[in-house]
Amino acid sequence: MKKVLFRFHTLLSVLLISALVLSACGAGGNSGNAKASNSGESGADTKKEERQIGMVTDASGVNDNSFNQGAWSGLQQLGETEKNVKVKYLESKSNADYETNVNNFVKQGWDLTYGIGFPLEEAIKKVSMANPDSNFAIIDSNLGGEIPANVVGVTFKEEQGSFLVGVIAGLTTKTNKVGFIGGMDSATINRFEIGFKAGVKTSNPDAEIATAYVGSFGAPDLGKQNAATMYDQGADIIFHASGGTGDGLFNEAIERKKAGKEVWVIGVDMDQSLRFGEEVTLTSMIKRVDNAVIQISKDFLEGNFQGGKEVQYGLNENGVSIADTSSVNVAADILERVTQYRQEIIDGKIVVPRTHDEFDKQFP
Amino acid sequence: MNFNMKKHNIGVPFVSIILAMLVGAVAMLLAGYNPVSAYASFFDGIFSSPYLMGETIRQVTPLIFTGLAVAFAFRTGLFNIGAEGQFLVGQLAAVAVGIFFKLPFFLHIPLAILAAAIAGGLWGAIPGYLKAKRGVHEVITTIMMNWIAFILTNYLIRTYMKAESERSMDIQPTASISFEWLSDLFQGARIHLGIVIALLFAFLMYFLLWRTKQGFELRAVGSNSLAAKYAGMNVKRNIIKAMFISGALAGLGGASEGLGVYGYMTISSVFPGVGYDGIAVALIGSNTSIGVILGAILFGALTFGAQNMQMASDVPYEIIRIVIAFIIFFIASSDIAKSILGLLRKIPLRSRKGGA
Repeated sequence: MKKVLFRFHTLLSVLLISALVLSACGAGGNSGNAKASNSGESGADTKKEERQIGMVTDASGVNDNSFNQGAWSGLQQLGETEKNVKVKYLESKSNADYETNVNNFVKQGWDLTYGIGFPLEEAIKKVSMANPDSNFAIIDSNLGGEIPANVVGVTFKEEQGSFLVGVIAGLTTKTNKVGFIGGMDSATINRFEIGFKAGVKTSNPDAEIATAYVGSFGAPDLGKQNAATMYDQGADIIFHASGGTGDGLFNEAIERKKAGKEVWVIGVDMDQSLRFGEEVTLTSMIKRVDNAVIQISKDFLEGNFQGGKEVQYGLNENGVSIADTSSVNVAADILERVTQYRQEIIDGKIVVPRTHDEFDKQFP
Repeated sequence: MNFNMKKHNIGVPFVSIILAMLVGAVAMLLAGYNPVSAYASFFDGIFSSPYLMGETIRQVTPLIFTGLAVAFAFRTGLFNIGAEGQFLVGQLAAVAVGIFFKLPFFLHIPLAILAAAIAGGLWGAIPGYLKAKRGVHEVITTIMMNWIAFILTNYLIRTYMKAESERSMDIQPTASISFEWLSDLFQGARIHLGIVIALLFAFLMYFLLWRTKQGFELRAVGSNSLAAKYAGMNVKRNIIKAMFISGALAGLGGASEGLGVYGYMTISSVFPGVGYDGIAVALIGSNTSIGVILGAILFGALTFGAQNMQMASDVPYEIIRIVIAFIIFFIASSDIAKSILGLLRKIPLRSRKGGA
């Protein structure tokens, strides 16, 4: 017994010593290496005129398959194409981290700091007012209309893109019933719902639309449950704007598809057919956060920073679009109609409602 | 004073922390980061300026409350996983009182805090009642109550107290426990009076558990409910009472966040997580007041320092979660730490013998 214990001790000591030695090696030789291999930084160049652009994610993290990821991919592209631009992200793990993360960039003297998502409103508002010499941008918010002069509010015309997928749903449905699942009942997510409903009603006035708000962007179980209810009630296409909650919707649809049912999902934010497969993904409503981030950053680098303003990205600005892979599952004549509607929206012939009130006026 | 140090001598957490940081270092090496500079920036991120120290304290404060809540329930033999939900309803109650009442500060602050304690306490007492009267296991019910609290608080904020953005209105300044002079002292950090309240309640919990008859009853029910019943104690009432107090402690944590850090409550899409972290804090602190305070400091500092590690040396936050997980692992399997302590004790002994 004693011998066994002794061996255990030896083993532990060896482990500890090797760990120490390894760390020491790391300290000596690897420092350059570690910096080069790190993913949170690209285009690093230590010239004096180097510009630094950072972003702070919301609590869903940088790999959320949604707009945090989109924003980061935009910044990465920027770091690769522009010289002397250093980019970096900080992940937030809870609401309390927003302010400290934004402050972290400011205190290190970064030139432009993005807050990704409306949960960062308060942090951006507070830190930007305390640091009038630093610049900020916030995605998905206009800060309630009062934007400080060193902040750009970036919003999207989600209703326009959602209108187009609504048209696809309205013309594709065989049961004349479609559904919408939202994450949280907020102004932003409402625009997805309202645009979608307007698109369905415009293309197919008889179609019925079921809507549900789950209350969370991270509850796939609830997403699955709500999807099951809607499919059971006869809906054959469901559009979602619910982040990770939508994963459950996709799973439900895949199960039903395997059982021989004709059901579809319309994805959101990114081309979700790439992740969940073309068998169930009819199309996706893509929010081009990457385009917006690149555009805003370039404007900033060229000295055209639109501080104090709200910049809206719609169909015309390539801020929203339907997925390029839509032609796989959507009939060609339907896509033609979509192209027509798209042009009419850009030309201003169709004004897609943004709020419940506007919707009720257009579709009494 | 009996802090129950017999079972957990102070060396175990200490060795566990060192071991866990070594494991973290290995993880960093495997992922291609430099652990030395990472840990350097980690400690920088906690101590290098008054702002950071103030923010670390801000991070620690709610963990003391939830840690106490879980520890208190543990003492009574109950596993309160519902600190998360009790925290949320407590925060909502405090913020609601802060918004809708107009009172001078010396009444407003205590009233808001009291409302939080009662709301959190009742939220905890429901699983306590179900456990005592119906035998439903509290682990199940408290988890369910977390979800109910999460969705209910979001609903109530949206329906009755919503501001322009996705949050409640601001509380009246008379209800705020955040003071400008205190923040200025820490270069604008969001440190607030909550830390004082937390330390006060840590002492109160110690006093209640170890210096009163009621505390003895609660502990007796925890160590052996059959023996307690045989001795004539009302086990069922003690269970409900314990869950009420535990929930009240978590609710106070919510009040401290709501009145101190934010001054409002956000419509949140994720759990704040402090209730779950409180379980780990209670474990690290072996369910004692002083242990919970130390555990919360450790946990809060680790979490907060990790943010700077992210900024200064690009090491992802997850690495610190690995370290935290291993600290808990090593403390839970304290034999590993103990055997190392034994080894450390042996070495000087041998050399002494050799010298003689």
